[in-house]
Amino acid sequence: MYRKIMVPIDLAHIEVIEPALQTVADLAKHYDAEVCYVGITSSTPGSVARTPEEFSQKLEAFAQKRAAVHGQPVSTHTIVSPDPIADLDDDLIEAIDKVGADLVVMPTHPPKHLDVIMPSHGGKVATHTKASVFLVRPGAGE
Amino acid sequence: MANQTNDDKPQEPQQGSEGIPAPEGAANLIDTDYVIGQDNITASPMGIDVDLHGKVFMVSSIVILLFVILTLAMQAQMEPIFNSMFSFLTTKLSWVFLLGANVFVILALVLIFTPMGKVRIGGAKATPDFGYPGWFAMLFAAGMGIGLMFYGVSEPLGHYGTAFGGISMGEDGLRTDWAPLGGAEGDQQAAISLGMAATIFHWGLHPWGAYAIVGLSLAIFAFNKGLPLTMRSIFYPVLGERIWGWPGHLIDILAVFATLFGLATSLGLGATQASAGLNYLFGIPDNNVTLVLLILGITVVALGSIMLGVDKGVQRLSQLNMGLALLLLVFVIAVGPTLMIATGVLENLLGYVKNLPALSMPFGREDANFSQGWTAFYWAWWIAWSPFVGMFIARVSRGRTVREFLIAVLVVPTLASVVWMTAFGTTAIDQVISSGISEVQDAALELQLFTMLEYLPLSAITSFVGIVLVIVFFITSSDSGSLVIDSITAGGKVDAPKPQRVFWALIEGAIAIALLLGGGLGALQTAALTTGLPFTLVLLVGCYAIVKGLMSEPKAK
Repeated sequence: MYRKIMVPIDLAHIEVIEPALQTVADLAKHYDAEVCYVGITSSTPGSVARTPEEFSQKLEAFAQKRAAVHGQPVSTHTIVSPDPIADLDDDLIEAIDKVGADLVVMPTHPPKHLDVIMPSHGGKVATHTKASVFLVRPGAGE
Repeated sequence: MANQTNDDKPQEPQQGSEGIPAPEGAANLIDTDYVIGQDNITASPMGIDVDLHGKVFMVSSIVILLFVILTLAMQAQMEPIFNSMFSFLTTKLSWVFLLGANVFVILALVLIFTPMGKVRIGGAKATPDFGYPGWFAMLFAAGMGIGLMFYGVSEPLGHYGTAFGGISMGEDGLRTDWAPLGGAEGDQQAAISLGMAATIFHWGLHPWGAYAIVGLSLAIFAFNKGLPLTMRSIFYPVLGERIWGWPGHLIDILAVFATLFGLATSLGLGATQASAGLNYLFGIPDNNVTLVLLILGITVVALGSIMLGVDKGVQRLSQLNMGLALLLLVFVIAVGPTLMIATGVLENLLGYVKNLPALSMPFGREDANFSQGWTAFYWAWWIAWSPFVGMFIARVSRGRTVREFLIAVLVVPTLASVVWMTAFGTTAIDQVISSGISEVQDAALELQLFTMLEYLPLSAITSFVGIVLVIVFFITSSDSGSLVIDSITAGGKVDAPKPQRVFWALIEGAIAIALLLGGGLGALQTAALTTGLPFTLVLLVGCYAIVKGLMSEPKAK
């Protein structure tokens, strides 16, 4: 049913998205789908990588590690932005078409009051794409 | 890598065990164990995420709070202290500023013509994040926009007036006039030429030289060397790993201090000026309510802009700004003395070049009032602003070559200033000379632009555009400033949580309002300007760092 699952990940906070990664592994196996891990980095040096190229390498390494876990084919897509915090949503929406994903699985936080002025990324992405979106709450399945 | 030249020792991507790869294409990363953000504190109090450099954030916040409280509580005592500090700097140490600024300009000009100009910011294969129109609009809007609105008319008029008035001596044998250099007593043409040259001097190569040095050194050390985008990084060639400790913290704290107080006080003073303009044009009462509403309005729009980010917020607003400014410029040229302006551009440029050596001479000046009261004051101002403008320029300049960068940051804005000052200055001077209109000269500084526009056609429309421009120029300084402060206090991270940038934009507005109502705006602005001295030294280190950094970079093809 799904051929390519896009998974936006934050390499700086890999531990908190474990439930989402688990979900992706199960779905990918079930649908025999390819998984595309998407990361966004600032063009300036950051905590994860000092250059966009280094970031891509780390993302690729991460994807290979996940491939070993779920056994499905993987790919990566790096987004470089001068202001990642502000551009995140739009860049992700653009990436969905670029990588040709038909399902997006992304971790998200529970709704909170601040969402009125700063909407959650998952919610924003879901309202702007034709692809199916699966939002995984922290601590899902516990 | 195939595209590497035989220059120095560009490192191969897979070097070392973990291997820090080169930026896109050949470049030469600094080998450090420091991880950006390693000293940061992350938490989420009340559901709001924060990611801050603990020491820099805490100390700058405390210092800022302390200064605001002190200034509010003991205005009468603090103001003279700040004033005497600043006047000491601009009188006794004016040579430091003049000399330093000359060094910045000369280095920046020389670099354009050396092979080092071929180095690309972000690595040999990096591509620009922004197109030329957006990039240039952002450089200009952050750099000086607002000043052009206020001084475009008043400075040419002022310098023309003092130059025409000639030299007068006090009883102590010191000059009491404010004429630049030797003045041009009674010689109208010479006075115009000297007045315009002096104006362009203050808005030309020297301010942009300071910005270029900070911008280029930060860009090289962030994008090519892999250090965080904060002021401390340019000290790496001098201090090495010690920049991660207190020497680095202090430099960053000073940059936050200068930027925040520079912005907050300009916001306050700018609101006063915008309010005076609104009062003059539309009869809107010039009182505290109007002022507070103006600051709130500016802050809200700036907030919107930083929430949308550099690309969709700051860039678009800057482009709007440029478009409006260009419209106003074209209008003034078209309805003003068009022929005089057209010939004036070249004449003034030549006059600027001719007078440049004498005007920028740091020693043995006889025109102390002009060189200390105007030039040194401006230089302190530009240099105090340079961490903010330079850091912002650096952030948006990845993918440009050093030569491209320097031409865009140094040469193009200087030419733009020449055209702008010529158009507005010539029109105003022509009104005085040919039509005998003296209202412009007599008007308060903040109203001179509007008074001039009143004697041109369609003044209702152009004055309105003028007011909008003043306000938008403030917004474009305010939003980029908040982004800069946020990334300094986040240890160089540009992807710290959004609430932090909101915090800084709000603080800026709050300080402006508090000082506006409680008094002390001018005093605190003076305090911010005194940071011009330490930053002159920081920039001199920056000059060394640029050369050192560029020497170890491979050239772009």
